[in-house]
Amino acid sequence: MKRYLLQVISLVAGLSLASQVKAQNTVKVGVLHSLSGTMAISETSLRDVLLFAFDEINNAGGIKVGDTSYKIDPVIVDGASNWPLFAEKAKQLLEEDKVAVTFGCWTSVSRKSVLPVYEKDNGLLFYPVQYEGEELSKNIFYTAEAVNQQAIPAVDYLLAQGKKKFYLIGTDYVYPQTTDLILYKYLLLHGVPPENIGGGFRKDDSGKVISAGKYVPFSYTDFQQIVADIKQFAASGDACVINTINGDSNVPFFKEIVAAGLTPADCPVVSFSLAEDELRSMPTKDMVGELGCWTYFMSLKTPENKTFLNNWNSWLQTESYPGVIKEKRAVDSPMVLSYDGVYLWKEAVEKAGTFDVDAVRKVLESGDISFEGPGGKITVQANHHCTKNVYIGETKANGQFKILETFPQVVGEPFLLKDLDDKLAAKQ
Amino acid sequence: MLVKTTKWELWIVAVATVSLLAVLPSLNAFTAPESLMHVSDFTINLYGKYLCYGILAISVDLLWGYTGLLSLGQCLFFALGGYMMGMYLMRMIGDLGQYHQPIPDFLVFLGWSRLPTFWEPFSSFAFALVMVILLPAVLALVFGFLAFRSRIKGVYFAILTQALTYAGCLLFFRNDLLMGGNNGFTDFKFIAGYDLRNASTQRGLYICTVLLLLGTYALCKWLTATKFGKVQQAIRDSENRVLFSGYATAHFKLFVFVLAAIIAGLAGALYVPQVGIINPSEMGPDKSLEAIIWVAVGGRGTLIGPVIGAFAVNAMKSWATRAYPDLWLLFLGLTFILVTLFMPKGIVGLPAQLGVVKQRFWPAKPVVDESKPVVVEEAPLTKPD
Repeated sequence: MKRYLLQVISLVAGLSLASQVKAQNTVKVGVLHSLSGTMAISETSLRDVLLFAFDEINNAGGIKVGDTSYKIDPVIVDGASNWPLFAEKAKQLLEEDKVAVTFGCWTSVSRKSVLPVYEKDNGLLFYPVQYEGEELSKNIFYTAEAVNQQAIPAVDYLLAQGKKKFYLIGTDYVYPQTTDLILYKYLLLHGVPPENIGGGFRKDDSGKVISAGKYVPFSYTDFQQIVADIKQFAASGDACVINTINGDSNVPFFKEIVAAGLTPADCPVVSFSLAEDELRSMPTKDMVGELGCWTYFMSLKTPENKTFLNNWNSWLQTESYPGVIKEKRAVDSPMVLSYDGVYLWKEAVEKAGTFDVDAVRKVLESGDISFEGPGGKITVQANHHCTKNVYIGETKANGQFKILETFPQVVGEPFLLKDLDDKLAAKQ
Repeated sequence: MLVKTTKWELWIVAVATVSLLAVLPSLNAFTAPESLMHVSDFTINLYGKYLCYGILAISVDLLWGYTGLLSLGQCLFFALGGYMMGMYLMRMIGDLGQYHQPIPDFLVFLGWSRLPTFWEPFSSFAFALVMVILLPAVLALVFGFLAFRSRIKGVYFAILTQALTYAGCLLFFRNDLLMGGNNGFTDFKFIAGYDLRNASTQRGLYICTVLLLLGTYALCKWLTATKFGKVQQAIRDSENRVLFSGYATAHFKLFVFVLAAIIAGLAGALYVPQVGIINPSEMGPDKSLEAIIWVAVGGRGTLIGPVIGAFAVNAMKSWATRAYPDLWLLFLGLTFILVTLFMPKGIVGLPAQLGVVKQRFWPAKPVVDESKPVVVEEAPLTKPD
């Protein structure tokens, strides 16, 4: 009798365990960021906000596909700021873990290294960080700011402020080079003569300008000469600086700007690689009044942003993931665009009724997928980029931005160079 | 101290050759993906990458373990070989890039409408192969000639090689060089007419890598056993004595330096089509330091040690970045500390070390003979059997 009872108990326990397993349908989702190495300082924040988004979705019942709900099961890997390792990890996520989607990458080079992998294995990647455009892969969705959602609105703003001279300076890699070349053409098209575009040009044999602006290597520190140039350039009082310097070089650059007595009133600097997260480690008191341009600012006063920040802060207090820093966190555009990506994907999956990449892509490309995110409404376009609000902000001493102007619902356009060339040719 | 081939080493090489060259690719090609025996394309690709690192590690050890030249810039040659192959692979993309232009995307990016002259010959596979060997060799020859003629040794040599690779890294970062700048080359499609995205092409590249590794191993095995190799190792142990014995040590060192550069360049050329990207960070000083660590972990001054080290460290890295994305660097660091402290001969020296420990605690048959002094026989470290 006793033995019989034991068998029944074990059977019941087994059944209940089995039913529990059945109720917990999960879908694997990849997170591919550098958690170590030089990029970790920026990318770890994106891992954190993704975990937050997954928890939020799971607590609200998960992703509903047909009649079943799926909980998100994140597969986190470390790309270690090592580009071949990024490709290896992408392969692992797609071929071994068989993830339904990946959220990841920060640098263009990491995206370029995983792109062939996603195309070969027909995966799905959401890319969240401002970039140079000139790329369109059928397997990548770019929630990132395209050049026409950051640099061009900033220039429009400065033109409207009556600025006539533009000095271009950046770190020597693809993003600044391409952005500045686009801006050079854009400025010519808007009647700014070449002599009013500072930083120098490089021309090919035929005399065509192939690079505009001044470029410094990574981690460059000696800005004395360059800032002296800028000061001379800005003597007329109607100049501004377009800054695409990346990373820690910005510290000596702004120190030098202050030392030279250049104030935002007579020569503002607009930076495209400095968001709230970077400003935490910058001497912001030297930068008060300088400009920034993103599709999200932490200081936005919308109800969506308030809810988002509240939930984020309470999540930080309660979460128990290893390696997530709880104190003094800032939120910035790349983080919010990562977060938006998760919700856009969720909506597309639910609409498609499947996790199948081709079906989800078709729904995403339809133009019907949008999300009321912390930065305003974001809609996926047929060209894999997103329509969203663009904001111009002024740096405050506390590392936040005061919003000066909003460009509502700007359509993302990755290929600008050719279009500008055609327009310039038509103008002449 | 000359290292002879032990029976033990021969066995390892034989087993590794059969499994790497025959068993793994067959299991990849001829079993169904659902089968338990199946080796995935991912694994083959990953092993191909590890083995390229293994070849690089042999080249490091040829310098460090056999000649006493600590080069902290070996990845420069590896990356240069990779870049030469990369240029060919970029040409093979044809007009399948983002812009559908007949020149590589990054050149369109930079406003070029035609191919720069120095890019033109790279449409030929044969030319690219020649350059894979020639460029690292010439650079090593010039740098080595200047360094060894000036009798630069030891830590100064190490610092110079490190500076050289860093200079290379900074040079290739520049977009003006027209070598792709920070992003380097990626999105390759074809090699010698085969589609790189096919599993069979990747398998072919993997087999090429195994063959190159075996060839390199055999060559170095032979070279280090010849009279040349003996001089080479004598230079390591006491260069001045060799010099005073009438040998022009600089010539010997230069030869080994150039040979190691060629080996590294070839490894790089096979590495690039398998990982699908080459960019300047491959020339960063940290990469060359990593290669030194593989050799130290595996066992310096042996030829299988570096390969085992490269394989072990990278396999651990691949596993840990997935299993413990937050802690893996601590893991790796701890391993290196433990290895340096407790395993000075690396993994390969472990059996011998264990033999010594065994001898100390459980001495084999203590022969007590009053007429002779007791001699505790110490197992020679490099003869583990």
